[in-house]
Amino acid sequence: MTVAVTNDRTYSRLLGDLALADPRLVVLTAENRAAIRDLPERLGDRFIDVGICEQTMIGMAAGFALRGRIPVVHALATFLTLRAFEFIRDDVGIAGLPVKLIGGVPGFLSEANGPTHQAIDDLAVMRAIPGMQIFCPADESELLAGLPDVLTSPAPTYVRFNASATRLHHAPFELGRAEVLCDGHDLGILAAGLLVPYVKEACDILSGEGIHARLVNLRTIAPVDEEAIVEAATRCHVLVVVEDHLLVGGIYQLVCEVLVRRGLSVPVLPFGLDARWFRPALLPDVLDYEGFSVAKLSERLRRAHRHRIAASRSAEVVDVHFEPLPSVSNGRSTP
Amino acid sequence: MTDFAEVERIARRVRAHAIRMATGGGCFLGASLSCADILVYLYTHVLRTSPARREDPTRDYLLLSKGHDVPALYGTLAELGYFPTARLANHLSTGDHLYWHPNRAIPGVEFHSGSLGHLLSVGMGIALEAKISGGPSRVFVVVGDGELNEGSVWEAALVASAKRLDNLVVIVDRNGFQANLATESLIPLEPLADKLASFGFAVSEIDGHHLPSLGEAFATLPRRPGSPTAIVAQTIRNKGLPSLEGRAERWFVNLSPAEVQMLLQELEGSSPATLTSEPLVVR
Repeated sequence: MTVAVTNDRTYSRLLGDLALADPRLVVLTAENRAAIRDLPERLGDRFIDVGICEQTMIGMAAGFALRGRIPVVHALATFLTLRAFEFIRDDVGIAGLPVKLIGGVPGFLSEANGPTHQAIDDLAVMRAIPGMQIFCPADESELLAGLPDVLTSPAPTYVRFNASATRLHHAPFELGRAEVLCDGHDLGILAAGLLVPYVKEACDILSGEGIHARLVNLRTIAPVDEEAIVEAATRCHVLVVVEDHLLVGGIYQLVCEVLVRRGLSVPVLPFGLDARWFRPALLPDVLDYEGFSVAKLSERLRRAHRHRIAASRSAEVVDVHFEPLPSVSNGRSTP
Repeated sequence: MTDFAEVERIARRVRAHAIRMATGGGCFLGASLSCADILVYLYTHVLRTSPARREDPTRDYLLLSKGHDVPALYGTLAELGYFPTARLANHLSTGDHLYWHPNRAIPGVEFHSGSLGHLLSVGMGIALEAKISGGPSRVFVVVGDGELNEGSVWEAALVASAKRLDNLVVIVDRNGFQANLATESLIPLEPLADKLASFGFAVSEIDGHHLPSLGEAFATLPRRPGSPTAIVAQTIRNKGLPSLEGRAERWFVNLSPAEVQMLLQELEGSSPATLTSEPLVVR
């Protein structure tokens, strides 16, 4: 898509530019305007705020798509993927309509809101819809790089919205194509979304200590770049999956499915949320508490590397469990 | 000039198709017969659409939100030339797509349904898109009265009014039942017309089997500029078959071939049939 992009490189700006260049695009929101504040003025009647009505928004988006439009719908990720799940499944998924679902503050980005707002199961439910594409941008630049392809693809697509400040230099975007951010063979790390830049920093620290990890940013979960997973598994012999999602139905399980299907037997260590919600707080505190700050990730990756060495010497089954975090019991974190 | 006699003849054939689909696995006959007159009247006298206009963006749309009454829609579409009536014999066959809920593989079906409470919002998207693009399309959404238990219907109703969708018409097939129970005995809906009016609809309440009343209800649309229209059509479950009319346990029926013949004769005016097939209580 050719488009005159304005200098202000924000999601809102780019989406507005793309919509002005392509009259098929309409923007809907369930009164969630944080990321699209300037669009009512720019798009006029192609900006539709339905109020706090996620189900109605999705049904209407299907109606718009039946008329040849490409609806880009916005709501908080939990309410979008869960409250409106059946509408997405039935009206968008069964029909295979090109509705673009933009889920705000997914995973740890819900910060101090508490478990009701924690989209840590969104990948699980979106993956369960046949034909649904899933894009997990690592930062704002990746979000903007992927947006044109997402919008022009004929498939329904869920975007785990993340416009965090860019700290990485990304390879050119391609749907279904991972990028390798660090090359090494001591550890294979698979991640997507918010945590990628933190893992990259941790990898840089480990690299200074002589531990060279291969960091693969999957970017899209569906379609997923199976070859990138296979390559990491065959080069590194032990994999770590980092995700701000439940272990059920997220990237960890996706990776395991690929390995089993491809007949690869490799230890896979999950850094994710094991059957519990995370402790609500501001993002830096969440990351530290849950073990995903750069310092905590570095330590956990060092330990994973030691496991790998031990496993290669003894051929014992690697213990994938790390020490439990303090004072958090299953499903009952007490804020 | 409305040819009510012709509408009646087509509606009787549609009912006969539905009765023939109520065997070899069965179908939701009760709801199909309650909405048959509404569907036939809409397709013959209201909807600006036809088999030749299936891709025409200026056409009117009909959406069957309570999809389980789809035998009436299949029959209507076949009678009006969207596909051959012989195809109806494929009902429930894996070789075709004529199953218990509507889907777009059937010519003339605009969208699939099955889960209740979806197509009002889908219809609103079509209606709002038509307004934005300046098109003349109108959208008619048939909902069941039991379906009105679903919160998504009322959520959508709020938005339909807020967005001033006066090219949207909701028809409530008010047959008084939800599955095997009377609506008023489980989750009372009355005063239904008042409820819809308070949500911002221009409402009329009619006899959904009285063709001149249907004619009057649809003659002038929108009924109030700037507002969506709601038509509460009072209907009777299994209308046209006195032996089954208004019976709670005869919603989904699976008839023996002999019973099909008895009911087809009853439809044509012979004495009421006595069914021996087991009443099916669903839910």
